[in-house]
Amino acid sequence: MKKTPKALSYAKYGYLFSLPFVIAYAIFSAYPTIYTAILGFTDCKGLGNTNWHIYTEDIWRNFRTILNNNTFKTSLSNTVVIWIMNFIPQIVLALLLTAWFTSKRNQIKGQGFFKVVFYMPNIITAASVAILFNVLFGYPKGPVNDLLVSLGLRSEAYYFTNNATASRWIIAFIQFWMWYGYTMIILISGVLGINPEIFEAAEIDGANDRQTFWQITIPNIRTILTYTLITSMIGGLNMYDMSKMFNNGNPNNSTLTVNVFIYNQAFAGSYMYNRAAAASMILFVLIAILSIVVFYLMRERTPKKIG
Amino acid sequence: MSSLEKRSGNPVYKTIIYIVLVILAVLSLFPFVVMVINATRNTPQIQQHAVSLIPSHYLMNNWAVFNGKTFNPIRGFINSVIISSGATILTIYFSTLTAWALVAYHWKLRNAFFSFILAVMMIPGQITAIGFYQFMYKIHMTNNFLALILPAIAAPSCVFFMRQFMVATFPMELLDAARIDGSGEFRTFNEIGLPIMKPAMATQAIFTFVGNWNQLFMPSILLTDNNLYTMPLMVSQLRGDIYKVEYGAVYLGLTLSVLPLFVIYFALSKYIIAGVALGGVKG
Repeated sequence: MKKTPKALSYAKYGYLFSLPFVIAYAIFSAYPTIYTAILGFTDCKGLGNTNWHIYTEDIWRNFRTILNNNTFKTSLSNTVVIWIMNFIPQIVLALLLTAWFTSKRNQIKGQGFFKVVFYMPNIITAASVAILFNVLFGYPKGPVNDLLVSLGLRSEAYYFTNNATASRWIIAFIQFWMWYGYTMIILISGVLGINPEIFEAAEIDGANDRQTFWQITIPNIRTILTYTLITSMIGGLNMYDMSKMFNNGNPNNSTLTVNVFIYNQAFAGSYMYNRAAAASMILFVLIAILSIVVFYLMRERTPKKIG
Repeated sequence: MSSLEKRSGNPVYKTIIYIVLVILAVLSLFPFVVMVINATRNTPQIQQHAVSLIPSHYLMNNWAVFNGKTFNPIRGFINSVIISSGATILTIYFSTLTAWALVAYHWKLRNAFFSFILAVMMIPGQITAIGFYQFMYKIHMTNNFLALILPAIAAPSCVFFMRQFMVATFPMELLDAARIDGSGEFRTFNEIGLPIMKPAMATQAIFTFVGNWNQLFMPSILLTDNNLYTMPLMVSQLRGDIYKVEYGAVYLGLTLSVLPLFVIYFALSKYIIAGVALGGVKG
């Protein structure tokens, strides 16, 4: 049926209708990507400089400068550390809530309400959330200090935003708080997509809740767990808004992320576009490598026959 | 978690679950409650007790303080609406069109094109921001909304979503019927394709709009003119020194910046939650 000459003559519409996407992608994504990569090998710096040259000797100069830059190293380790501090509690809580919400034994009521409330922080502007938390953790008269002191948990106000560890935990907490609801909804939809017969078979075999969860549920949502891990990792490594707006990477660069570092190199007075571009490419390669590694580690090792 | 093993109907375990859920719900809402209530209180009140559940009557005073400075919330609101709506319309229309090209026609490069979309879907835009900025600077497109709107034509993840939806639900016989009736291909897409895709378009429109509304990085690079500032850019000024002692005004500014999102969310939460769940199945 599909091979009639008539069907073939329609093929040109496939090309025609995907053309706007292809053109827009080429102009606004592909070209800037190549442009960024090239800028990493040039002397392009200074505001409004369009007269730059590719280094003829020592072409990797910017990349070496960045990799040897202590602030860059700090920003990279901050970004990774803050992501891990947020992701582990996030996935643990999301899995726990998923187990509760999908448990037939417990029949939790009001799930719709809880999902709506837990997901809500996710759609609120990250910049606003970051500033809100900065004010909430304000010193000496912020709401959190107010609560801690009036409840008698502390005798005096604590200067959260002036302490490196506290600031990192607060940013990690905000990320956790904004994203666990999202992760939970994704995981629940994954669990609901599992063939119910598998659960029935497990029940007949006398599996308890815990065995069912670890031996049926988890292996069956492996793909979705991989997807969650990779998207969260990419988002985490690209974090900008939260770090920039909470305390602009302070105190003492302890919450500086790679993207804030890149922004500062290019736009906060120094206009080192070449180094910023090199740093972007380093981040890009790192994200690509990590994604592939995660994908490889999480792949299905033994093909199971289920159902 | 040995409690996970407890038998059904264990009231203690169930109570613990509900307590945790309620605590988490309070945790989600509490920061916003403090924000909204403090927007109605003045600075001395906030300094005396930063947490209060009783609104005060200084809303208009805070508004006056806030409007007197560089911040122009109405301007920011309009700018954000223009950019977010423009980008959303382009993303939805062209993603549906691209998905249509992928589903309704059999062409040689179709699978290669789809693989390409899958591959680039995950690449975050910020990575190429430096090149994008230099490019826009060169063609004098900084301080121009089009630099933030036109790229929305190519939205790989939206194309992916639309394609999955179309493959699963679109009755392709309708296409043949339209051809027999002599309808042109483009007209068939607009008059038959689009209406059937409405549910998917609505879901994606919400996420695209919110995503664009929340953008900070790209606008902060491209827009330097105060009159073109979007809502998040204006909010970022709340960190500035002029607001250091005006807590009421800061809370009001934050409240105004997220108000449209709360309205959208609570009006459409059912569809939003369903949309998130749908996104998860794609993995």
